[in-house]
Order: sequence, then structure tokens, then C-alpha cells
Amino acid sequence: MASNGKPIHIDDAINGLKKLLSENEDLQTVAVAKIKQLTAELEGVDAGEFNAVERIRDGFTRFKKEKYETNPTLYGELAKGQSPKFLVFACADSRVCPSHILDFQPGEAFVVRNIANMVPPYDTIKHSGAGAAIEYAVVHLKVENIVVIGHSCCGGIKGLMSIPDDGTEASDFIEQWVKIGLAAKSKVKADCSDLEYSDLCTKCEKEAVNVSLGNLLTYPFVREAVVNKKLSLKGGHYDFVNGSFDLWNLDFGFSSSLI
Amino acid sequence: MAQLSLGSSPIYKAESARSTIFHPKLKFLEVEQTQLGFWNSSKSNMALRLQASTEGVALVQETTETTPKLIKSTNDSSHSFTEMKNRFLSFKKHKYLENLERYQELAQAQAPKFLVISCADSRVCPSYILGFQPGEAFVVRNVANLVPPFENGPCETNAALEFSVTALEVENILVTGHSCCGGIRALMSMEDEENSSSFIKNWVVVGKAAKSTTKATASNLSFDQQCKHCEKESINNSLLNLLTYPWVEERVAKGLLSLHGGYYNFVDCTYEKWTLDYQKSNPKQETGGYAIKNREFWS
Repeated sequence: MASNGKPIHIDDAINGLKKLLSENEDLQTVAVAKIKQLTAELEGVDAGEFNAVERIRDGFTRFKKEKYETNPTLYGELAKGQSPKFLVFACADSRVCPSHILDFQPGEAFVVRNIANMVPPYDTIKHSGAGAAIEYAVVHLKVENIVVIGHSCCGGIKGLMSIPDDGTEASDFIEQWVKIGLAAKSKVKADCSDLEYSDLCTKCEKEAVNVSLGNLLTYPFVREAVVNKKLSLKGGHYDFVNGSFDLWNLDFGFSSSLI
Repeated sequence: MAQLSLGSSPIYKAESARSTIFHPKLKFLEVEQTQLGFWNSSKSNMALRLQASTEGVALVQETTETTPKLIKSTNDSSHSFTEMKNRFLSFKKHKYLENLERYQELAQAQAPKFLVISCADSRVCPSYILGFQPGEAFVVRNVANLVPPFENGPCETNAALEFSVTALEVENILVTGHSCCGGIRALMSMEDEENSSSFIKNWVVVGKAAKSTTKATASNLSFDQQCKHCEKESINNSLLNLLTYPWVEERVAKGLLSLHGGYYNFVDCTYEKWTLDYQKSNPKQETGGYAIKNREFWS
């Protein structure tokens, strides 16, 4: 696996093997046997669609047998309606599903997943997607907590940190989206300019969560619920390199008139 | 404590609370009260760092019953902190540390084969119902699992779409819908208006082609049945919208990317799955320009 997350190209893999075999001639017999076996396996596999369907079919069958059928009361209730206590914003990254790391069960958390777990500021036209989720969760489902969870090695944050100072964009949509976190980038670059790039990215991952928490307060229905103590806002950061989890609270309120 | 005044508005106090989790054998660090400035920059430290050490993990209560222990009420903020802490530590002990090599590999890079676009509904997490393990699926969740077309401009869904297709080079996209979808219900219930002060309406209108088709073909059915029809129609509408993205269509045409639809019915626990037949579809057709193949029904 190349470090940029892209699969290694077949030509490079084969060249690597050829090089190894030319350096170690006594490996050749073993290699021939293994290559024959691999070829036979691949001939029997329609890589792509067949595996994909089988994968999700197996997953669903296991879910139905081990979870659904062993908890008829719970699933019966859920079929009638949901009343989750959490709205969670998590990254779309395949390694950070909140159901795994925080063990959310069906019915517990209304979960939005997007690049770099960002919450954009209030904008009924430009950001109707995120706004719809927040409106539904806070006004209709009346969740009690909103948790925004960032994570280590976030590609979206790396993308944000990589945007050149003149603001030129290489993608159609990605940079437009991650620019929501621009305030976090400015802050970490100003405060921590002496840090290594990867440490800067880690700082930015956490600061971007704070920017998102601040953006949540631009939604009047969120602000009202927070001020009335019906809703609490939390930030989190999952570090899968070190196996740790940071969690913090945001307090917000109005004091009574000072005059 | 920072006092931010904004003209004649009331004075805001914005601070991160000191948060301590008391547990006799778990190490924790108590951090000084920190300040969070929105419009002024100020230092912002983390309120609490949990070092999940292995000796503390032994004290996490193990749940052995099959009925999951759910968070019932979280009015007490420290209760929900404790609950999340316990769950993370349990995950760390039972999954992360037991599969450390796999997690270390994943920490280097991810190479998921799937992009899954699913609803944010609390009952339909794709990792849960389709068993995706860490590293397997890049997952976007939004209200009613909608994919807007390219011409609508940037939004969170197409940013994630672009990243997963062009950078991660996923081989499959699965748009998965579900029964009793509140977003689809809102779409079916709303009057046709251009702009609204409601976020929900402004978002679900992305699915209006599915609503038109439903009204045209299923108007004799009950409202609930029409919603169900629209839930499925909307998935196909989203699949066609995927093809409006040039870097998606290019890969589909070359056979490098497959587009699938899925429908989870949680009333009777069944799953329907199908694949978009690109060769036979005609995305430019105004309505119903899709052809499907390999339909399966799992019950």
C-alpha cells in the first residue's frame, strides 16, 4: 500500500517480484508454484461486482441473525420510530465509523458523515444538506447532545492545509468544502508555526472541530436549545495511531444583564 | 474568562469547561479552564486528554447480555461523558488491541472498495446492518441518502464523492435507502416551492424527480405506500445523478466503477439490492432513464 492511500500499481508489484527473484534464484521454484495458484484463484474470481455483492450479502445475513433476531423488542420499537439522544458529525473516512469506536447501537445516534466532519455555518441555500440534518435532529428528533468527532490522519484536513496561499483549487468540490475549516488553519499556522507538518495537521484536526462547534451556534434553533440547557455540544478527536480518544465540552450561555 | 462584546448585544461567555472523569485507577489529566474565542483568536487547549492505558481497561464493565445497553437519557452531561469513555475503552480492548496489526496498517492508509451513501437515520448505520469493518467503506451520511447532480454546485456529498472516486479510487458506490424515511416523507408532503426558510425542504427538493415519478405512477396508493415507492425511486434518481459527474461516468463507462442501489426495510428486516446497468441506461432522459440488473432480495 503506497503511503498516499492509493493501491500499488500492478506493474510496480510485478517488477518488485521480478527483482526479488533475480536476486534470489533459489526462490524461483516456490514462486512458480505460488504464481500458478494465484493465477488460478484470479481466474475464478470476477473482481469487483461479484465480491462486492457477496460482501454485503454476508454482512446483512450476519446482522439479521446475530442482532436483529436476537433483539425483537428493540427492533420492533425502532420500526415505529426513532428517538436518538445524539447527533454525531463524523468523518466519512472508512476507519472512523462512530458505531465501531463509540459502539452506538441502532436508535442511539443520528449520524452525519462528511469529509473532515465539518459543520458549515448557517446558509439555507449553500449548506442546505448539513442544515437539514441539524434541523431534523434538533427540532424534530430533539436530540440532547451534538458531538463533532475529528480524527488522526484526516485527508480532508491535509487537503485544507495544502491549499496554497493564493487559494487556487485543484478539485471541483473538495477544496470548496474543506475551506469551511479555514479559520482553524489560520490559527494553527499562526500559533504553532514551528511544528512539523504532521503535528500541524493534528492541531488543525482538533481546531477544526472547534470551528464546527462554533458554526453550530450560528443555527438559531441550536443556540436556543443550548441556552435553555436542552442541548449540549461536545468535541472529540479519535487518534487511531495511538489508540486514544479526546473528548471535551463547549459551554455557552448568556449572562443576565449587567446594567 | 474571555468576555466578547458585540456592539449592543448581550455579553457572551464562551469557555470550554474543565472536565474531569473520576475513576480511581484510570489515569487522567485535569486541565486548566480554557477559553474558546469565535471572533477573536485565543489559545484553545483541550479540556481533557484521556490516556487509555491497558491497566485501566480491566475495570470497564463487560456487557454480556445480547440486549445492548443504550443511553436512555443524557440530561446529565457527565453521565454521557462517562458512557462514551467506557464505550471507547471497550472498543479499544476488544477490537483495537486484539487487531492491532490491522489497525496499524489502516493507520498508514485506507483503501476501501466501497463508497456508501446512506441516510443519517439512527437506525440504518451501514457498518451495522451490512457489517462493514474499519477500512472497508468510505461512508457519507446525509438526510434521505440523496446525491445532488453536478450542476447544483459544491456541497458535502459531492466533495466526498470526488474524494472517494478520484483519490481513493473506490470500485463500488452503493446508495442505500430505507423504510420510513423522514426525509422522503418531508419531500412527499411538501408543496412545490422554490425556496424556503426550512433547511429540510431546501435539501430534500434534490429528490423532486423521484417525487414526480411517484405521483405519476403510484397516485392510487396510500400516502405511506407512495412514500415507500419514492424511497426506492429516489435511490435510482441518485444513481442517475452520480452519472452527471464526469469523473464518475468515465470510470463507470470503463468498467472500473459499479453503481449499486440498496433498500433496507427495517420493519421486516429485508434488504433489496440492484446494480445500475450503465449500458442500457439513458441518463439524459427526463424521467425514469435508468435500467437495472442483478436485482437480489435478502430476507
